[in-house]
Amino acid sequence: MKAFEWSNPTNITEAVKLLQTAAQGADPDEAPRPMAGGQDLLTTNKHYITRPTRIVNLKGIRGLDRIEGNAKRGLKIGALATLTQIEENEEVRRSFPGLAEAALSVATPQIRNLGTIGGNLCQRPRCWYYRLEDVICLKKGGSQCYAATGENKYNAILGGGPSFIVHPSDLAPILLALNASVAVTGPSGNRQIALEKFFTLPSEGNLRRENVLQNGEVITEIQVPSSRMAARSTYLKFKERSSLDFALSAVAAAVEVGTDGVVKQARIVLGGVAPVPWRAPEAEAFLTGKKLDANILAEAAKLALRGAQPLEKNAYKVPLTQTLVRRALAKVGNVATA
Amino acid sequence: MADEHDDKVARDIAPPSPGRRQFLKGVGIAGAGAAVADQLLLRPHEQAVAAEPPQTLSAATTEVTLQINNQKRKAMVEPRTTLLNAMRNHVEPPVTGPKLVCDQGTCGACTVLLDGKPVYSCLVLAVDAMNKPVTTVEGLGTPDKMNAVQAAFVEKDALMCGFCTPGFVTTISAYLKKNPNPSLDEVREACKGNFCRCGTYPKVFEAALAAAKGTGRNGARAELMNHREAAESEA
Ligand SMILES: Cc1cc2nc3c(=O)[nH]c(=O)nc-3n(C[C@@H](O)[C@@H](O)[C@H](O)COP(=O)(O)OP(=O)(O)OC[C@H]3O[C@@H](n4cnc5c(N)ncnc54)[C@H](O)[C@@H]3O)c2cc1C
Ligand code: FES
Ligand code: FES
Repeated sequence: MKAFEWSNPTNITEAVKLLQTAAQGADPDEAPRPMAGGQDLLTTNKHYITRPTRIVNLKGIRGLDRIEGNAKRGLKIGALATLTQIEENEEVRRSFPGLAEAALSVATPQIRNLGTIGGNLCQRPRCWYYRLEDVICLKKGGSQCYAATGENKYNAILGGGPSFIVHPSDLAPILLALNASVAVTGPSGNRQIALEKFFTLPSEGNLRRENVLQNGEVITEIQVPSSRMAARSTYLKFKERSSLDFALSAVAAAVEVGTDGVVKQARIVLGGVAPVPWRAPEAEAFLTGKKLDANILAEAAKLALRGAQPLEKNAYKVPLTQTLVRRALAKVGNVATA
Repeated sequence: MADEHDDKVARDIAPPSPGRRQFLKGVGIAGAGAAVADQLLLRPHEQAVAAEPPQTLSAATTEVTLQINNQKRKAMVEPRTTLLNAMRNHVEPPVTGPKLVCDQGTCGACTVLLDGKPVYSCLVLAVDAMNKPVTTVEGLGTPDKMNAVQAAFVEKDALMCGFCTPGFVTTISAYLKKNPNPSLDEVREACKGNFCRCGTYPKVFEAALAAAKGTGRNGARAELMNHREAAESEA
């Protein structure tokens, strides 16, 4: 781990200032970083992937870890709320079940006890080339994505190129499915960013980042609006081993079904298959106005994966993800499937 | 054990100046005792900001006070020193219950309780643990006065090489406080962040359930006493 200065602000204004006034470093990964639980930042630091000149600890800022609201008003989750807090929160479990499931699916109890929702959304990719200290890949300012032609079992099948990372966050797909947005404070004041506009594809520009946050910007709150879909939301995650692991593929789904059994609206967001949480608008549109049955689910699953372009070693992700889409929809739509 | 994972120290940092004290102020570290920042010694990029942040600690070595197993323990650490490293290598006598294995938050051997909750001490900075109680396996009980989980591990012979044991015992001890009467599945779920290369899982879970039922403690105590008595009468 590269040596760094350590700051403990007590309010958000101070935190932003402390991020601005430190040496910014020559490389984007040397810029000062905020730290929440440190469960990702310390791992990237240990491999010299991030080498911040200063770490600004957010945990001393009071009130940033609250979870407020309910089904009617929507949720306001402080950026410092831990995954354990979210998973154990009664209101989240009852009214936003997919979010509780996603939080519980992350890593291990130890990591969930410290890892926060803000840090979860901002965590860095897990591609093993990226995580190898001695490899300077495209994401680290190098000239090549080694996964494009190398060991790409875990990489993207959708939205890839020129880098083929997948976004590792388990909370991002479900929060996107639930229309969440983040409140951000930075050097030029506050802004509100819909998650839909938060994550960035490598092809859209800045290869060194996975989202639109600028240096010095800190997420303070995650807002989940009330919605008729929230109560019927789920997050299904498929891992290579059942204990600690990232998603090979995951599906966040939410539906509103009328008393007549017809879908009024649907959301499907895929995780672990693209550099961003990947929304499937065609499948969503297809489901709207339909009564769910096994055939409809199968068709929606196909549509959700339309355009997938597997790399040499990850074609398995296509049928795997289709199966997860079907299962997730069956669960939220109360459809019996084989 | 030497700190194998800090072998990069030389590459990154100016020689530490152990005599130098840092300015420790602000909520996170109020307990550590404020001292005066010796700003003339700051490195170049620090000089630019020297006037401003009273709650900032420079990158060099500083003295911190940790609260390990209800004792105040002083350590000379850098901000980048992990709690695990600090306990094992920078307090005297060292606290070696928590083990260093992966140093990446993937094995659980370094599990400690921070504010009563299991966390990986390899993924906590010592400077970030300063005002919080840390409990290691040593703080849960002693060979003469084991807690129920420790006793059940003995009784059920729940280890092979034993390297993962402090982590499991710590995780399970905290979990049983939260859920005193768990099912096997719940125990397995609670232990998902602890790995055993020797594959002792069945015994580990058995010990956890025995400890929960209270059979572990009594059974193990009785058995231990029997062993001792037998050994003594043989002598
Ligand atoms: C072994 C292991 C397994 C894991 N498995 C999973 C998994 O299965 N699923 C999963 O989703 N994650 C997993 N993770 C990643 C885990 O670290 C995150 O899920 C966790 O939530 C990160 O939160 P944190 O608060 O610790 O983030 P930190 O490490 O504190 O921060 C992570 C990044 O976000 C930035 N950041 C943090 N908070 C803010 C904020 N409020 N505003 C702006 N930037 C911020 C930091 O600067 C840093 O770049 C795993 C990690 C490990 C070590
Ligand atoms: S040494 Fe900390 S989890 Fe492995
Ligand atoms: S007993 Fe050897 S690693 Fe668990």
